[in-house]
Amino acid sequence: MSKIKSLDELKKIREEAKNSTSLRTTGENPDRVVIKVGMATCGIAAGARVVMGALIDEIARLQLENVSVMATGCVGMCYAEPIVEVHTPGRGVIRYGNVSEKLARDIIEKHIVAGELLEDVIVGREA
Amino acid sequence: MDRFRMHILICGGTGCKASEADGVKAALRLSIEKNGMSREAQVVTTGCFGFCEQGPIVKVYPDNVFYVHVTEKDADLIVKEHVVKGRPVESLMFHDANDGASISEHRSMPFYQSQVRIALRNCGIIDPEKIDDYIALDGYQALAKVLTEMTPEETTKEIIDSGLRGRGGAGFPTGVKWETTRKAQDDKKYVVCNADEGDPGAFMDRSILEGDPHSVLEAMAIAGYAIGANEGVIYIRAEYPLAVERLNIAISQAEEYGLLGEDILGTGFSFKIRLNLGAGAFVCGEETALLNSIQGTRGEPRVKPPFPAQKGLWDKPTVINNVETYANVCPIINNGAEWFRKTGTDKCPGTKVFALAGKINNVGLVEVPMGIKLSDIVYKIGGGIRNAKKFKSLQTGGPSGGCISTENLDIEITYETLQSVGSMMGSGGMIVMDEDDCMVNIAKYYLDFTLEESCGKCTPCRVGNTRLYEMLDDITKGRGKMEYLDELEQLGEVIKDCSLCGLGQTAPNPVLSTLKYFRDEYEEHILHKRCPAKACKDLLRFFVIPEKCIGCTLCARNCPVSCISGDRKVVHEIDQSRCIKCGECFEKCPKEAIARE
Ligand SMILES: Cc1cc2nc3c(=O)[nH]c(=O)nc-3n(C[C@H](O)[C@H](O)[C@H](O)COP(=O)(O)O)c2cc1C
Ligand code: SF4
Ligand code: SF4
Repeated sequence: MSKIKSLDELKKIREEAKNSTSLRTTGENPDRVVIKVGMATCGIAAGARVVMGALIDEIARLQLENVSVMATGCVGMCYAEPIVEVHTPGRGVIRYGNVSEKLARDIIEKHIVAGELLEDVIVGREA
Repeated sequence: MDRFRMHILICGGTGCKASEADGVKAALRLSIEKNGMSREAQVVTTGCFGFCEQGPIVKVYPDNVFYVHVTEKDADLIVKEHVVKGRPVESLMFHDANDGASISEHRSMPFYQSQVRIALRNCGIIDPEKIDDYIALDGYQALAKVLTEMTPEETTKEIIDSGLRGRGGAGFPTGVKWETTRKAQDDKKYVVCNADEGDPGAFMDRSILEGDPHSVLEAMAIAGYAIGANEGVIYIRAEYPLAVERLNIAISQAEEYGLLGEDILGTGFSFKIRLNLGAGAFVCGEETALLNSIQGTRGEPRVKPPFPAQKGLWDKPTVINNVETYANVCPIINNGAEWFRKTGTDKCPGTKVFALAGKINNVGLVEVPMGIKLSDIVYKIGGGIRNAKKFKSLQTGGPSGGCISTENLDIEITYETLQSVGSMMGSGGMIVMDEDDCMVNIAKYYLDFTLEESCGKCTPCRVGNTRLYEMLDDITKGRGKMEYLDELEQLGEVIKDCSLCGLGQTAPNPVLSTLKYFRDEYEEHILHKRCPAKACKDLLRFFVIPEKCIGCTLCARNCPVSCISGDRKVVHEIDQSRCIKCGECFEKCPKEAIARE
């Protein structure tokens, strides 16, 4: 650890440190968006781990503070794995199927940030 | 870059450490490794979550799932199910005592619902041994703000405007104290933190220091800037080893970052903090006795005035505040006085931390807005009385406080209202009593404590309290007289009026308040030699109800002094002259044939 010599340096350290605590502070936010990735045997076999990694990476890159990524079990649509669900408070669930690493990044950029659904790959919706 | 997708938090407070949190932590780490999740999930130790009753507690982020009573054996289950497969383990969640439903998120639990966390904002979220965690949650921003944007006058004014009052018990306006010390002319001033916390059953300050030590260090530095001091001392009892350890780690980390020490953030302001370990005398929590103790002399209170703000440590102007008071300072600086005033009441803005204990379902540490009703704490947060017994009294303020009865349970908590019903805020102990607690006995218990802790300087406190104790002792042993009641009251008032320090001035409170609200219990003891709560052993009598006894001999075999006689299948009898009233027979009898009166 070296000495912090100015307010700017302190702010820089805060931004870096936030990377490790944001998982917890976002978890405490009741209005956050939750992205669930199917991580049962079927999901993992189809590549859910990579998808999850891409989602987390993208959220950190864009410094989104109100999005949590979680694992979930099998939803019974094993043929469409990896499945990614976006739960937005008050706006139900959008379920995407056959999600690739690239698509995962698109979900963050288009759906989460810009608010545009990726209609072509939606495999289910819940109110 | 590797990023953990899950954090598993485990409470590392004294309460949970005592309930084997260390073993759980090791088991979680091992299981994460075994299941190949070391790069995805991280185990983090934090401060107290408050719900000590349910410990050890484990919290999983980002899902925000709250597991209770976790044992080493459960670690594998949590990792295999929740971490690997994303399936939270329902059996380990908190279950509502009334309908048995499982609740996964802590904010849905009644225990947390009425709570507002300002002083405990970081407890249970950050790792107290990592300064970066604290900085990530705006740590040291308040210090940076006052040093770069505010004058000492403005800093003090912000605290005055916030209406923050001392959480150590007396409720003196913190800003006013700072202002007096700031204006005092001297070449040297001090900032002192009172972390003595000697009330039996209290652990608010300890939890803050264990869970978020930097919040106190930062606030002390801010106080130093405001009053013009560059040295701080934390007086902490040696019986709090974990808090001492975490404070030492925090101080050295802050020094390494240059957030304590010389020329902080290049602003020219310097501030150092050191610890002073106390030997655990209650009277040393009194501010002037504390200062004497730091100076290495006897821990006896000084005559006030002069107040510490004028002549404090080494006779220099000194600000002395309680741990929880300091814990409120940084949020006030960061968010402004107006923000702080939105919580609590007009005269008592903000929150208060209480250590909830006794005959209540949810024991733990709670932070509630000032002005909340006592009944809300007991019934909503505390979940009501244990084993469906009847509420009798709420004790606040520890040995200096009083016992509040049912009719006053609807008052809204402030320093003033508690005093108006014969109790006080104190540092935040809150003990719930039920029908099995004898109020005379409780008063005697607290008096025993203050007697032991009196420094002996004043006759009213040293001798007067001894007399009070002797009368209470007589009453609980069936030797009481009706005249005692008036004598207790008169002597109590004299002690309050004539003692030098707060210890003596408040010591009779437990007696006076129980006399006022539970006088009938005193009279019952004196007139009928009966203890209604069946707690005073000397007034108890155990005897066999002949109609119910089947002569099983169990009681006779369990009686430690063999004073029960009777043959098999014959009604038994207890020899009253030899009975020691241990209650063994009462517990053991399968037919409820032994009566207790
Ligand atoms: C007998 C006695 C014991 C006390 N014990 C404590 C204590 O353990 N912690 C504390 O903060 N204040 C304690 N006080 C109150 C202090 O004297 C003082 O009021 C307080 O530290 C001021 O800080 P505050 O204004 O932030 O509350 C005690 C007072 C008395 C009379
Ligand atoms: S009131 Fe009691 S504790 Fe306080 S100074 Fe007098 S003798 Fe000591
Ligand atoms: S235990 Fe009860 S039933 Fe048995 S002998 Fe004693 S009093 Fe009678």
